[in-house]
Amino acid sequence: MIRPLLLLPLAAGFLAFIVRSDRARRLLLVWTARVHFLLTALTVLSYLKGPGGVPFAAWLTPLYPRPSEAVWFSFDALGLFFLGITSLLFLGASHYAAYYLAAEKSDPGEDADGLFVFNNAPEAVFTGCLLLFLAAMTAVTSSRHMGLLWAAVEATTLLSAPLIYFHRHKRSLEATWKYLLICSVGIALALMGNLFLGAAGLKAGGGLDFAAMLAAAPGLDKPLLKAAFLFLFVGYGTKMGLSPFHTWLPDAHSEAPALVSALLSGALLNCAFLGVLRVNAVCVSAGLADFTGGVLVLFGLFSVVTAAMFMLGQRDYKRMLAYSSIEHMGILALGTGLGGTGLFAALLGALSHSLTKAGLFFTSGNVLAAERTKRISEVRGLWRRAPRTAVLWLGGFFLITGLPPSGVFLSKFLILREAVAGGHYWLAAGFLFFLAVLFTGMARVFIAMTFGDRGQKEGEKPYAEPAGMLLPAALFFALVLGLGLYVPAWLDSLLWAAAGR
Amino acid sequence: MNTFAELIIVVVILLDMALAVTGSLSGCIRLVAVQGVVAGLLPLLAGGGAAHGVRALIFPVAIVTLKGVVFPWLLLRARDRSGARKDVEPLISYPASILLCLGAFIASSWLGSRLPLPETNVAWIVPASLATIFTGFLLITTRTKAITQVLGYLVIENGIYIFGLALFVEQPMLVELAILLDVFVAVFVMGIAIFHISREFDHIDTAELSELSDWRSGEYGK
Repeated sequence: MIRPLLLLPLAAGFLAFIVRSDRARRLLLVWTARVHFLLTALTVLSYLKGPGGVPFAAWLTPLYPRPSEAVWFSFDALGLFFLGITSLLFLGASHYAAYYLAAEKSDPGEDADGLFVFNNAPEAVFTGCLLLFLAAMTAVTSSRHMGLLWAAVEATTLLSAPLIYFHRHKRSLEATWKYLLICSVGIALALMGNLFLGAAGLKAGGGLDFAAMLAAAPGLDKPLLKAAFLFLFVGYGTKMGLSPFHTWLPDAHSEAPALVSALLSGALLNCAFLGVLRVNAVCVSAGLADFTGGVLVLFGLFSVVTAAMFMLGQRDYKRMLAYSSIEHMGILALGTGLGGTGLFAALLGALSHSLTKAGLFFTSGNVLAAERTKRISEVRGLWRRAPRTAVLWLGGFFLITGLPPSGVFLSKFLILREAVAGGHYWLAAGFLFFLAVLFTGMARVFIAMTFGDRGQKEGEKPYAEPAGMLLPAALFFALVLGLGLYVPAWLDSLLWAAAGR
Repeated sequence: MNTFAELIIVVVILLDMALAVTGSLSGCIRLVAVQGVVAGLLPLLAGGGAAHGVRALIFPVAIVTLKGVVFPWLLLRARDRSGARKDVEPLISYPASILLCLGAFIASSWLGSRLPLPETNVAWIVPASLATIFTGFLLITTRTKAITQVLGYLVIENGIYIFGLALFVEQPMLVELAILLDVFVAVFVMGIAIFHISREFDHIDTAELSELSDWRSGEYGK
């Protein structure tokens, strides 16, 4: 099942470059996403049922490789979990994209702030890169070898850079350049970390195969393993958007088209987080849990603080969402650092954050289409112009800030409880304080944008809300709301398996 | 055998120093290419009983072709198309650059002796690799042109490659190929980006890429 999962988006991506008809290409995008999601669902199902649980299990042998077997791609619970998030997000994004691309085609070229006129990148290149991006993310989640994982993460950077530069103007170009350079250099440090990791295993003979390394963990060279963790943490942390390595993130998220921002925030950051989780798992089994936990908690909390600082006085609503992503990545690092239930909560948080944030970015695209500006101060009384968008916008705010019931609330609450249970009272208090700051900062923006009077802008045409661009967000929000009320048994067991219990 | 390898290490260090003081853009591109080629030849000379055969030959050939021919060609083309000034326009003076580079080499020698790394049979290989990585960072942070930042990235990559040789970490063939492909695509994509930057802004000075910021209230952030 792994080979079709990887080859399908790869083949479709190359095909998208040569298909001439726009309609056919959009259909290709949507159907690839659907089939990819179906295959992912089947793989998760057969993993949960165990060997022989699904009739055609013979296809699925790579799910259960023998320990000695040299396999490049295979799934474990953690990889499958992140694959599930990625595939689900891509399903939503592809349906959104079909409408978005059609709208861009019929009304291209005006800057959102009316400053200048620009062109769009060719749609074939955009769709092709989007599909190849999915292939790269699938490879990240299924890589068994740390070196291959590195190569796949770097590939996601390179394939998503053209996506950010879809609207061809100066600001998006600046964002693309920063993204390319900062992430490439960051990831180069992770390569250094991989080398240290290999050196740490020279005597124990673990190689860089993840499963073999876990088995050989107690025999690894401790000082070298620490160095490896630091380099990998900085490298993948850059890509994940942890402060102070986050500087590319707000620019890229605010300048990319809405659906690309959604994929970056919801799927790509998770892929980098997976890299951190992998090396953390090895370090924890080698008995370095205190060291790695300290680093993760420190940078996690620092990211939350940074996000809170920049949230106040934010002028651009897409940048605001980007800082909220930095906050949530910080929370994930914090939960992972605390370990135990904290890791479980971090994974639950990753799922809820991905869905909520993707929905919010989708909706921000609709707000942009309705109001033609990204400035917070120029959007007032959204509900008068686009009532359904306004409902989603406000609903997304309640979910992302973690008001109960939502999956985000559950994950924040569990992390807080874990911090208190571990006796880290100051940590818990600080965490809670900055969450409150973030809530206030975001509440100010969302409420001001949604309610209030709205003056007619110059030369404004009435805005019809396309249902196809509202539905993915609505669906995602419903799922997160559901997660807050009830975590299904199968998801619970998958989460615990991914958290290493 | 190792005399040659040690000679190469000396050359790599000298190239770092030269990069710190070279003012001409095409000169820098050539120096980075030479460094890449020299580093690519290192495993052939330092091998001394390590894996031989097809595999041991394919990689040096691929690396030398990429770093010695393809990258300089791509970057020189980007330089010509951009119509930018032909010097690197550093933010700090050249003497300061070379002093920083020397300081980095001394710090790397100290660090190299402190790191609990496996014994290497080529002297100075670890300090040289660390100093090269630092030189790469120096190029990225103190030179303003987009092309010099790509060069910095390539120098960092050279340093990491030498570091990998020093640690004897044998990555499987597929992984090595994937890494090489990534570096190639990275330079390729950055080259395209430079082309767009020069067309959009009429220059490739990244210090001017500062419209997006939360610190300054620029034109956009009113």
